[in-house]
Amino acid sequence: MPGKPRSRWQTFAALIACLGIVSCSGGAPDTSATLERGLGAEPESLDYHKARSTEAGDVQRDLGEGLTGYTEDGDLVPRAASGWQISGEGRGFTFHLRPEARWSNGEPVTAEDFVYSFRRLVDPATASFYSQSVIDIENARAIIAGEKPVEELAVYANGEFELRIRLERPTPYFLALLTHPSMFPVHRKSLEQHGEQFARPGKLVTNGAYTLVAWELGSLVELERNQHYWDNASTAVDRVRHHVVNEPAVELNRYRAGELHITDNVPPEAFARLREERPAELRVVPYLDVYYYGFNLTKPPFRDNPDLRRALSMAIDRQALTGKVTGRGEAPAWSWVPPGVDNYDGWQFPYASLSQEERHREARRAFEKAGYGADNPLEIEIRYNTSDTHQRIALAIQSMWRNVLGVEATLVNEEFQVLLSNMRAKEVTQVFRSSWLGDYNDANTFLQVMLSDAPSNMTGYSNKDFDSLVAQAAEQSDPEDRRHFLEEAERLLLTDHPVIPIYFYVSKHLVSPRVRGWGDNVLDYHYSQHLSLSAE
Amino acid sequence: MLRFALLRILSAIPTLLLVIVLAFLMVHAAPGGPFDDERVLPPENARNIAAAYHLDESLPRQFGRYLSGLIRGDLGPSYHYRDHSVAELIGAALPLSLRLGLLSITLALLVGIAAGVFAAVNNNTATDRLVTGLAMIGISIPVFVVAPLLVLVFAVQLGWLPASWSGGDAGWRLLLPVVALALPQIAYVTRLTRTGMIDALSSDFVRTARAQGLGLLSIVRFHALKPALLPVVSYLGPAIAAVVTGAVIVETIFGIPGLGQLFVRGALNRDYTLVLGIVVFCAAVIILLNLLVDLLYGFLDPRIRQP
Repeated sequence: MPGKPRSRWQTFAALIACLGIVSCSGGAPDTSATLERGLGAEPESLDYHKARSTEAGDVQRDLGEGLTGYTEDGDLVPRAASGWQISGEGRGFTFHLRPEARWSNGEPVTAEDFVYSFRRLVDPATASFYSQSVIDIENARAIIAGEKPVEELAVYANGEFELRIRLERPTPYFLALLTHPSMFPVHRKSLEQHGEQFARPGKLVTNGAYTLVAWELGSLVELERNQHYWDNASTAVDRVRHHVVNEPAVELNRYRAGELHITDNVPPEAFARLREERPAELRVVPYLDVYYYGFNLTKPPFRDNPDLRRALSMAIDRQALTGKVTGRGEAPAWSWVPPGVDNYDGWQFPYASLSQEERHREARRAFEKAGYGADNPLEIEIRYNTSDTHQRIALAIQSMWRNVLGVEATLVNEEFQVLLSNMRAKEVTQVFRSSWLGDYNDANTFLQVMLSDAPSNMTGYSNKDFDSLVAQAAEQSDPEDRRHFLEEAERLLLTDHPVIPIYFYVSKHLVSPRVRGWGDNVLDYHYSQHLSLSAE
Repeated sequence: MLRFALLRILSAIPTLLLVIVLAFLMVHAAPGGPFDDERVLPPENARNIAAAYHLDESLPRQFGRYLSGLIRGDLGPSYHYRDHSVAELIGAALPLSLRLGLLSITLALLVGIAAGVFAAVNNNTATDRLVTGLAMIGISIPVFVVAPLLVLVFAVQLGWLPASWSGGDAGWRLLLPVVALALPQIAYVTRLTRTGMIDALSSDFVRTARAQGLGLLSIVRFHALKPALLPVVSYLGPAIAAVVTGAVIVETIFGIPGLGQLFVRGALNRDYTLVLGIVVFCAAVIILLNLLVDLLYGFLDPRIRQP
């Protein structure tokens, strides 16, 4: 029944019913049940090389399998490859594929399949969003730019089950990159037979735990156990349905009505109540995503004025923002790289340890040093994209800046695409809201955004020393050395204040008590093959 | 009659063309593009994607390409849903939107005409004022207030009906959205019918019928209803078009994957071909419905049939 928690009597009755089933069936998890998952927006594509949304990735991780993958707790493990050797100072990789691995049509998964798929990913004709993620493979850059043929990509098959990849430089996170759906193999024959439509139900041949049986546009994607999957014995749930639910409030209603076992999100307005009512079902976990305000450094007043930027950063009471405005367990951000990133121990703003009063005092001092004050007040614009949360945060920051520094900030609310094009043009923006979601579990995915020539660097930040530290990190084959360079780079970045990191996102799900095997991890990856459903 | 219909269809072509040109210019004038994201693509990737979708060509060339596809009946590939063509996306959403729209128009006609006739027959009594008052409320309360209220009462509090499209019993899940969508239409139909019926009842031929001793029911049924419904019929064309293509709010609240939602998401994603496809499709539907209304008018009012 929607909106009503089960009465005790109902729970008791369900328990009795459970016992009845258990006594006849021997207590095994319910494999015949369908796992109903909330997905969020409609996946824009199930073609590994054409999708880019997290929603598409969630479905694709059930369908396909890369050389490496993650456990439910987010530990990197071999998947399609059973193991590998690294040679040539971290530049050469030899992967040993599992001879028992099969496509969903029963054919073996071979090294040639991976070669074909990697080539398709970088082929300019594929027009993939994610081809830049393999930019470190030898010749990838030139192939994407159309300067070399795809055959030059340094990914080779040596026999049926050995795959060799050569990198241009040591890339310590390369094994983590391989977990991304854009690195999953596509089935050559079905692709050649069906062309653009190969990723459709009845046509898509997959090498993961599940196979695609239905895709009702705007409604759901339905998957079924891949009987040929090499690790099929450990898949517990026969059927998985990913439901498209654009509105978190609608999703919550469906969860309460028992139509969903897992939600993709939790609506902010219901959060506090859910924490009271269903604390055990609410899973809130840090996520590799930073919410920030960026400065346009190409124009006054923020160009060449780090003191002003620092003052504005210190005047923001992040504790109050995450406690009272967002209120879903987000962590105040005192650094750019989120905590929880592998092999990294980031630097924090020195003022992170101060009390908010002390920070305010410091902020006023820096503000004066920057040349502003009562006789020379600062008037700026804050731009953000249309959303209730963004609006409330902007209102709070506007009043914090007014109270602490006397800054008059005007709020400018823009549609997402309008804001994006303004941010890129760097003409009218002064302070803008944005966020950065890590692509893989490594500090590099955050730091490379701020490089002078990074396309996603919307601030215009350009510091040769920072660029050189990140570049030097990329040359290191020893993880400790590399980490040292990255941490140094972040310290420089934070000192320069091109951005104000405000908070680190959390992933938020409601998970039914029937679901077993759910693990919390910073990537928010939850493969259906790890989950099982206990009998009702 | 056939000649009249053919002429009307032919005269619709320039209108349609104008709609296409305007829509094409407007989607391309909107800031941003279909492949823009916070994650800005490196120039090489951006070039490859632009080339794959011919976005690197000049605007007139792109328009020519689109138009020539359209003439062959091809609405093009969606820029956002890259596995699907625009025709497939519209094809998936249309049956739902049609069902939702036609059901709510049917409901609106049934309830609205009955209430309108009832009010007209009881003209200037307390019942009449009650019915017209309710109709006024129906028109003035917006659907984004009514729909969540219906969900709150019937789905969340009482638990009688599913809260969303994909939940619960398939037979009942359309009931709340149909009612939410029909309410304002019921109000309009009631008011139009009432006015038409009051006019009809005071006309000469009704007075004659009454003088001949016919009862009120047969007068309404056989003489007054047809002329009284003329304003309703002319309202029907735009009304159907509106409920079939413009149910965005109801679709969002109930999570129905219909045309309205598709259009809004298309616009937000700058999915040029999808937006254009839906605009062209809806324009064609509206033109067609207006034509049908004209023909129906001829059937109801014999004076129009005369040349």
